Amino acid sequence: MSSAEPGLKSAAKLAAAVRSGESSAADALAASSAVIADRDGEVHAFLHLMTERAEAQAAAVDAKIAAGEDAGPLAGVPIALKDNMCTRGAPTTCSSKILDGWNPPYDATVIGRLEAAGAIMVGKTNLDEFAMGSSTENSAFGPTRNPLDTSRVPGGSSGGSAAAVAAGYVPLSLGSDTGGSIRQPAALCGVVGVKPTYGAVSRYGLIAFASSLDQIGPFAHTVEDAALCFDVISGHDQLDATSIPEPLAPTLPNLHDGVEGMRVGIIDELMGEGIEPDVRRRTEQAAEALAAAGAIVDTVSVPATIYGLAAYYLIAPAEASSNLARYDGVRYGQRVDGANVATMNTNTRSAGFGDEVKRRIMLGTYALSSGYYDAYYGKAQRVRTLISNEFDAAYENFDLLLSPTSPSTAFELGAKSDPMSLYMCDVCTIPSNLAGHPSMSVPFGVGDDGLPVGVQVLAPMLQEPRMFQAAQVLENAAASGGAA
Amino acid sequence: MSGEISRDEVAHVASLARLSVTDDELTTFTDQLCVVLETAAQLNALDLDDVEPMAQPYPLANVLRVDEIVPSLDRDEVLSQAPAAEDGRFRVPPALGEAP
Repeated sequence: MSSAEPGLKSAAKLAAAVRSGESSAADALAASSAVIADRDGEVHAFLHLMTERAEAQAAAVDAKIAAGEDAGPLAGVPIALKDNMCTRGAPTTCSSKILDGWNPPYDATVIGRLEAAGAIMVGKTNLDEFAMGSSTENSAFGPTRNPLDTSRVPGGSSGGSAAAVAAGYVPLSLGSDTGGSIRQPAALCGVVGVKPTYGAVSRYGLIAFASSLDQIGPFAHTVEDAALCFDVISGHDQLDATSIPEPLAPTLPNLHDGVEGMRVGIIDELMGEGIEPDVRRRTEQAAEALAAAGAIVDTVSVPATIYGLAAYYLIAPAEASSNLARYDGVRYGQRVDGANVATMNTNTRSAGFGDEVKRRIMLGTYALSSGYYDAYYGKAQRVRTLISNEFDAAYENFDLLLSPTSPSTAFELGAKSDPMSLYMCDVCTIPSNLAGHPSMSVPFGVGDDGLPVGVQVLAPMLQEPRMFQAAQVLENAAASGGAA
Repeated sequence: MSGEISRDEVAHVASLARLSVTDDELTTFTDQLCVVLETAAQLNALDLDDVEPMAQPYPLANVLRVDEIVPSLDRDEVLSQAPAAEDGRFRVPPALGEAP
């Protein structure tokens, strides 16, 4: 377990201490750097540290406070970023050899928002190459290990960001979630992880995997910190054409309003075969905790969710095959020369991409190819509508839905070597991405192996406030023995 | 949708995607893609004739911004990150024929 400074477990408390002058951004950064230096040789959550930029940011925050100015709601809070978010002048690799050595000429929008809120960007975290994976073993720069048990994976693809919070390096980090890549590692590392509504957080500067599914979201130790971070990074951005133009409701003001009278449905199809019994039991206990807090709990059937996995593994690779066409050795990253452009493209891509990325590019190219488009991609898009319609129908009778986040607790490194067994990790999380709905994972007790279990709270489009309210109730219940 | 893909089809798809694969890789990739496509074949069980396809969850039309001139990325900074650049442009090998 981590020996982190207590300050590195709560962004809200740390920011309050920095703002009041009780602590400083420089001290917070030094504490974070010390824990990272002590532990990350073993965990390998970080690919690169942004020491110079972090020190400059910390100095700027401390100068603001000395001058009596408002340093922002995240003043002095060290934050880690998944290495698929562009950081100007600092390496951004997507854990791929093909982007090794590239320093983007611009910052992702979320980074500007965090910086304006006073946060300190300490470094870039490991991921499955181009966010394709569920264990963070599939990185060109080596795997990340679960800080709670280093023989286990942290989940993925945002495993580095989940581990950075779980290890106590930073109180907050950002990941991206295309089919579960924030929620599943959050569950496996025992932290909170949020996938916001599609379009709630700008994707500008997030290196695209599957553009109609990708969303950036926070990892935190507490629901409150995740809400605080969500409120900072969300909102319209004209640099992202899929960004929701309407103002979004903040989540912090109603965080402690409870779930009295809320109708919560346990998704029947995600409580059966393939879900480990200990995980199922914790999910049932979570439902009981919500009922004890005044929610009306029942089970609900959303039959099309079982087709989510099959649809996802056509849609995501199809979009990826198109998005990853840009890695051609011309504009950024690595080039392996050839006698003409086509040969150079092929040499570059063959040497630069790992096997899982190649598999998905080929699968997507096939699903989009003439003669197969309707049978594969077209059909998957129709299933997407089906899932979305069934969610809408469920939400006529329920305010929130509940399920496990991951079918199991953290597994051993190397345990899932064939692609399909890894894909199954995302069975509970994929439906929210397909529908574009928000959902989040909240730690709720441990499994038979003593490792954390995450429970997933799902909400309708743009209903983050009530999702966070329920998550807060679960956090309180787990803290007072409800998950014992 | 048969749930199967042949070795030749995988080789063709790889060449479309500008990926070169060895014979051994071709065997492995073909087996693995067959498994995924078999899973995808589950979708055949669904009656989807009356269901519209969904391209993205929050459709927005005519996304425009105010027509104001704003700075674009710095050209020199962008080109400094390219594998090869010359005279303010990206440099590539010949598109037709071969380099001498």
